[in-house]
Order: sequence, then structure tokens, then C-alpha cells
Amino acid sequence: MQTPSLQGGFAEPAREAAMVFRDIMTAMARPGQIETVAPGLGIAPLSDAAAAVVLTLCDADTKLYLTPRHDTEALRRWIAFHTGVPLTGPQEADFALGAWDDLTPLNRFRPGTADYPDQSATLIVECEALDPQGAMLSGPGIQSTTELSLPEVKAFRRNAQQFPLGLDFIFTAGVQLAAPPRSTKVT
Amino acid sequence: MTEEAYNFAYLNEQTKRMIRRAILKGLATPGYQVPFASREMPMPYGWGTGGVQVSAATLTPEDTFKVIDQGADDTTNAVSIRKFVERTAGIATTTKTSDAKVIQTRHRIPEAPLTEDQILIYQVPIPEPLRFLEPRETETRKMHSREDYGLMHVKLYEDIAQHGHIATPYAYPVRVEGRYLMDPSPIPKFDTPKMEMAAIQLFGAGREQRIYALPPYTKVTPLDFEDPFDPSKAPHPCGLCGAEDAYLDEVITDDTGRRMFVCSDTDYCETRREAGHRGKDAA
Repeated sequence: MQTPSLQGGFAEPAREAAMVFRDIMTAMARPGQIETVAPGLGIAPLSDAAAAVVLTLCDADTKLYLTPRHDTEALRRWIAFHTGVPLTGPQEADFALGAWDDLTPLNRFRPGTADYPDQSATLIVECEALDPQGAMLSGPGIQSTTELSLPEVKAFRRNAQQFPLGLDFIFTAGVQLAAPPRSTKVT
Repeated sequence: MTEEAYNFAYLNEQTKRMIRRAILKGLATPGYQVPFASREMPMPYGWGTGGVQVSAATLTPEDTFKVIDQGADDTTNAVSIRKFVERTAGIATTTKTSDAKVIQTRHRIPEAPLTEDQILIYQVPIPEPLRFLEPRETETRKMHSREDYGLMHVKLYEDIAQHGHIATPYAYPVRVEGRYLMDPSPIPKFDTPKMEMAAIQLFGAGREQRIYALPPYTKVTPLDFEDPFDPSKAPHPCGLCGAEDAYLDEVITDDTGRRMFVCSDTDYCETRREAGHRGKDAA
């Protein structure tokens, strides 16, 4: 009997989630730095890194938006079984998951409010690959400048201009992730 | 080994996820205080419940953990938190700053510069720097959203007018990346310039239910006027190790009021003494 929704996930949630969170935290504290998670966590079309982020951060207290290409019956079942996170539209989402072209335009997502800039969406962006070259990043967490392959520059520049409001990003490809938040200036 | 009855690092997974989400939002908005649903911990408020929760959500099974209280590894607060983490997370602990991956601190930054691999977690009593000037949370929240920090400048100016200098020896207010006004927790202002560092800094306030963060190399500027910021310390070398550059505690040694000055960072002092440095009061 095939039960794909039971595949993957954490065998030892407390320890594995701690390891993955350290990777995500390091990536977000040091924008542009590429971290590697353990393989074998996800099911198609999810990368292991994106699966790790969903398993570590999403639960019944959050809301997740799946872009149409990721909104498959199999993935819905898998996410429901492992996390219990309710699915929602882009306007209410705490987390959104999909490829860059499916996530844009970004103004559909919540950037937080002036009083509560933390009430903003985090976008989990599935990519083909992550490279330490491309757009130039600077800002908190970066000593001078660093480079990261980003899908475009304009959207990130506009996002950073809204600071302290804005969206935070976790780019995932295979077992790798990088996480430039809104505070990162992109040129 | 973790005692069977405890989940890794005491907290349940749902609580850790909530704290972890708050930490990430804190790193995305350096200096902004993220509200979080602080849990009751098996220790009283004021003993580091916020720091312990942030530590518990941050620690991995492979980490080595160090706790300091006013710079010392061997005070009640530090010893009990270290034992708590040993018992509930089953991870290695140390008193050596250079061996630690995660350091939880109450009111000091270690003297030895921290590296890129390290994480410093502060216990914070009152996270809101404007709280003693404006008791209403609704108002301080507006002041932060509007970058309305004039009141704090007036407070520092009144210090100068009354005392001739800024009489704020600890918890000296700082501006983060030119945006948020932040309470650095009650560290002496001697430590404030060290906050621009290679390590990740996380701040947890349990009773006040706030988490905030500084990514590495974030610009942290002490609030001042044209007169330069003065990171003051007692004008003595350490009595035990002779260090000229370390922050000092004043210790009364007898009933006649004799005193000595010693490093507040016990690991720094011991490491120096092991290397052969001697101060004038060393036995």
C-alpha cells in the first residue's frame, strides 16, 4: 500500500527540528550564506530544504499559502499529516511556498504594520540552484558585502525600502537554503 | 543524556516553533521587540526565564553551552541554569568562553571577542528602553513606529544638566542601524561598544514577553550628543590578573572598608592567571 503522505518528515522531531532551525537562523542572520539541511525530508515537488522549513516553522498556529503549481492533493495531505498547518490565500498567509514566478506579484502578501512589523509573511521560494554569486547584498548580518543568486533585483530593492515593514525570504534548492530578510539591501 | 521525562531542552515542540518564528522575525527587524507567548518556566521571573526560553529554542544536541551571571560562571543563577540545561537537554556545558557555542548571559558581554560560530543570548528584565519615561505600551509602540525618540534625548540631557555627565552607567540606550531604539539589557556601558560583533545576539524577556535580535555586524550606536560616548570603568587594573582592559567589580575585603577590584568576567581572569599574569592583590 502506498502512503506518500507518511513519507519523509522528522524521525526525531525535537533534535532534527533544532538542527534545521539552527540552519535557518544562521541563514537569516547572515544573509547570503548558504546552509545545508539533512536529505530525505520531503516529497515531490517539495525540495528537502523547503520541506525542512515547513516542518520546523509551520503548525496549527500559522497559515500557509501554496502557489497553484505546489497545490497538489499529495502535498496537501503530506503537509496536513506532518504539520497540521491550515492552508489559506496569499493575503492571510504567514508562510507562502512556491517558485518565484508563482509567488509574484509580492504585494499580495502581508508586509506587517507600522506597530507590528513582525506580522509579515515569510516566503519560501523554491529555486533550481543557489549560488554565492549574482546580486550584491549588504546590511545587518553582512560584514561588508556578499553575493547571492536572486531571481531579480527590483522586487528586493522595493521590499527593503519599506523597512521596517516587508517580506522575509527563504530560498530553497535541493538540500540548500539561503534567507535574506527585509533588512538586506540588494543592488 | 536527557532525562526520559523531558522533551529535548524542556519546552514542547509547538512552543519552540513559536519562539523560533519570533527569533527569525527579530533577526529580520534588528532592534524591534517581537511579542511572544512566554511560558512559565521552573524558575522565577527575573532569573532568566526569557533567556532560557530563547536558549531552549536555539540549542541543538551538538552544542556546548555556557552561562554567565554578571560575568561569573559560578554564581547561583548561572549554576542553576547550566544544571537545568544539562538535565533537560543533555548537552555539553563549559565555563570557557572560547569553547562555548551558545552563551547565555545576564548583564555582561565576555571580555574575549566572540567569533562567527557563537551565539550570545541575553536575559532581559525590561526590554522597552522608553518604559520608565512612558509607562503605556500603546504609546511606546507608537513612538517606535514613528521613530519618536526625542524623550530619551531629553532624559540624557537632564542627566547632564543635573550631574554634569550622562549618569546612565548600565542599560545605556542604543540605536540599531539608525532605526530602532533598543535596550541592550543591563550590561555596563563599558560593554556597549562590543555589541557590534561577529556573533549572533538574541535577547529574551520572559515576564515582558519580548524577543529581539541583532544579526552579526549590525550597527549599534549608543545614543549621545556631540560629547562622545564614554564607556566608563573603574580606573584600576584587575587585582588578581592585572588586566587593564577588563570591566571590574569592586569587592569589599574586610570590616575596615579595604577593597579590591577584580575582573567581572571570571573565565577571562582565570585564563589570564593561567597564562602567568599577576595583579597586585594576587596571593
